[in-house]
Amino acid sequence: MTILLYLIPLALLMGLIGLVSFIWALKSGQYNDLDGAAQRILIDDENAP
Amino acid sequence: MEQQAISNPDQFHSEIEKGYESLAVSQKNDAMRLSVLVSGTYCAACIHKIEHSLRQNPSVMYARLNFSTGHLSMEWNGPARVANDLVQTVENLGYGVRPYDVALEKEQLDKEERFLLLCLGVAGFAMGNIMLVSVGLWTTNIETMGTGMRDFMHWVSALIAIPTVLYSGRPFFRSAFAALKAGQTNMDVPISVGLTLAGAMSLFETVNHGEHAYFDSAVMLIFFLLIGRYFDFRARKKARSSAGDLLASLSGFVTVLEGEKPRHVLARDVVPGQILLVAAGEKFPVDGVILEGESDVDISLITGETIPAAVSPDSEVYAGTINLSAPVRMQITKITKDSLLADIARLLDKASQAQARYVRIADKVARLYTPVVHILALAAFLAWWGTGLAWQESLIIAITVLIITCPCALGLAVPVVQVLATDRLMQRGILVKSGDALERLAAIDTIFMDKTGTLTLGKPALIQSCNEEHLRLAASLAAHSIHPLSLAITKSYGGALLPLSNIREYPGCGMEGYIGDERVRLGSRNWCGDKSQPVSSHLELWLEIAGKRSTPFYFSDQLRPDALETLNKFRQKGISIILLSGDRETIVQNMAKEAGIEQFYAELSPSQKFEMLEKFKRQGHKILMVGDGLNDAPTLAGANISMAPGTAVAISQNAADIVFMGDKLLPVYQAYETACRTQKIVRQNFILAILYNIVAIPVAALGYLTPLLAALAMSGSSLVVILNSFRMRRKA
Repeated sequence: MTILLYLIPLALLMGLIGLVSFIWALKSGQYNDLDGAAQRILIDDENAP
Repeated sequence: MEQQAISNPDQFHSEIEKGYESLAVSQKNDAMRLSVLVSGTYCAACIHKIEHSLRQNPSVMYARLNFSTGHLSMEWNGPARVANDLVQTVENLGYGVRPYDVALEKEQLDKEERFLLLCLGVAGFAMGNIMLVSVGLWTTNIETMGTGMRDFMHWVSALIAIPTVLYSGRPFFRSAFAALKAGQTNMDVPISVGLTLAGAMSLFETVNHGEHAYFDSAVMLIFFLLIGRYFDFRARKKARSSAGDLLASLSGFVTVLEGEKPRHVLARDVVPGQILLVAAGEKFPVDGVILEGESDVDISLITGETIPAAVSPDSEVYAGTINLSAPVRMQITKITKDSLLADIARLLDKASQAQARYVRIADKVARLYTPVVHILALAAFLAWWGTGLAWQESLIIAITVLIITCPCALGLAVPVVQVLATDRLMQRGILVKSGDALERLAAIDTIFMDKTGTLTLGKPALIQSCNEEHLRLAASLAAHSIHPLSLAITKSYGGALLPLSNIREYPGCGMEGYIGDERVRLGSRNWCGDKSQPVSSHLELWLEIAGKRSTPFYFSDQLRPDALETLNKFRQKGISIILLSGDRETIVQNMAKEAGIEQFYAELSPSQKFEMLEKFKRQGHKILMVGDGLNDAPTLAGANISMAPGTAVAISQNAADIVFMGDKLLPVYQAYETACRTQKIVRQNFILAILYNIVAIPVAALGYLTPLLAALAMSGSSLVVILNSFRMRRKA
């Protein structure tokens, strides 16, 4: 059972990393243009080889 | 009738400064930044074209178009006036560019959406992780696990749940606090009490090595409720932005004449007394008086009238109306924010604030529910304490009662159904702007219908058959004009056009052209008509050939194709229909007869329409107002519920609770039908939630509740309510 003492905090830490990256994505404006992101896939890279 | 010579202001546009340099802001790194609104972008190629063309300019460091909002940000190294070149680049690609006013309400909405999304994200994370622990707690008992391990798991849960409740619970706490401060209760009050108590008691139990920890339930409650709230918010935001903002559309540039030199300035910077050049096709940005030039003005925004009015020197013009046929010079009397349009907008604001007194069904339930539940909890506490149980244990039972009755199911009963209903209506081109609109729509017993543009299409059509040769001639001239009556003639004639020469339009009069050497005129009675003929009640155009006798063409507005059928459906439901119009008695009478409406009122001014509404409301009627003109706007805002067609002026669309698209009237009935179904399902949801409480409260009050049972019961009740709500999706 002592394994839980490691595993639970580890699981929480992994979840927390996910949460922090979500908040970072939101703050850096990645959720500001949801429709644009879907369209931009279709644009070719300007510096493509 | 020669039109006075005015140099076309369009030719100045390329020579004078655009004025965008005044909007550019300098950044920290010495770069300049400009944000503008771009219109006309529809696909990935548009994004690429705009951004790629801007990057061709070596000084540009950054260019990005937000496709959802049409908001283009540019950064460049160099002087501010580069801004004009960049804007020109985008305009040359064929897109419309408008200055972006940061002080718009939209900014606030975006911020609110991000706040909700953040709360939802945090709650989602917490729920996923707390389940990890909770499943362990639910599936084992104290004998297998031991008190130490249980306490450890409770502490882990607390570590996740307490910050989540404090962080993600804010939308509910704020709303509940605002309601309490105003001396009222709403659904968020019991939700907040439930959340706080669940958190506090679970913490107390954890500290005392107890069994009754409900951290998981609190987090799950927040997550479910936030999902509902987020979707509700998005639906409303979408509807609001499609309705558009008229005053914002007047926020662009205007051409001011200083001496004889034209200059582009921001509309908000002009002052009364200045002289403006307004090109054909432009909107008048301010109220003013015409100094020079003759033109037709589309005044449908102010009066709802589809036929343009002729203006000449000394005529007054109003902000928001459109200059149709020729450039004019005008002197400003009132700037945009003091204009007639702004006055009406303010009046509307007042009328809509009165509307805010409406009590939602969920809040009505909350008003009953909150005291009942708290009294029950108190009774449970007193009863157990009276039978000799220690006060701490009695308190825990009382709090358990409060938590188990936690208004999760009740809180979800309304929003889930409304979101599904709103979504369903949106797919049919009906935009519902507020959640409670459907509630109010289901309660109506009377419909007020506006005539032009609502019951009818608002587009005149040719009503009499006439000589084919005359029609061909008229259509050949009319094809060169965008006047509504010309469009009606062109539409009713399908054949080939005659080649005419020297075609020109005389503002306020009509069209002239030559076939061979013969002059042909199509226009008003005064210009080329037969003045001896009796005056008709219909709209008319006259065709004159080589100065000889004129032939009239008569026009009339057309009923929407399914108007009769839709109105009959309403009558079958026992709803009475009343026609209100500002038009002449005879026209309204004919139209009412055609649509089978018995009760009608004609020649009403906007304020009389509003008085009529007040009168019916005093008699206890619940009224749906359907209208489109600015003259209907106060009535739209004052009615119990209002709808406007997508062709309505922006202010009316803003004032209305529901906007419907297309040429048909059926959406009005579809919305009503959906609203009735929504209310039925909402009532079922409340019954389900109350049934759950009737079972759960005695179990909790008698002290039989374990955390597993509580979690199962609470999630179970929420799921039942959500599943029932999804019946909304089924075909009627």
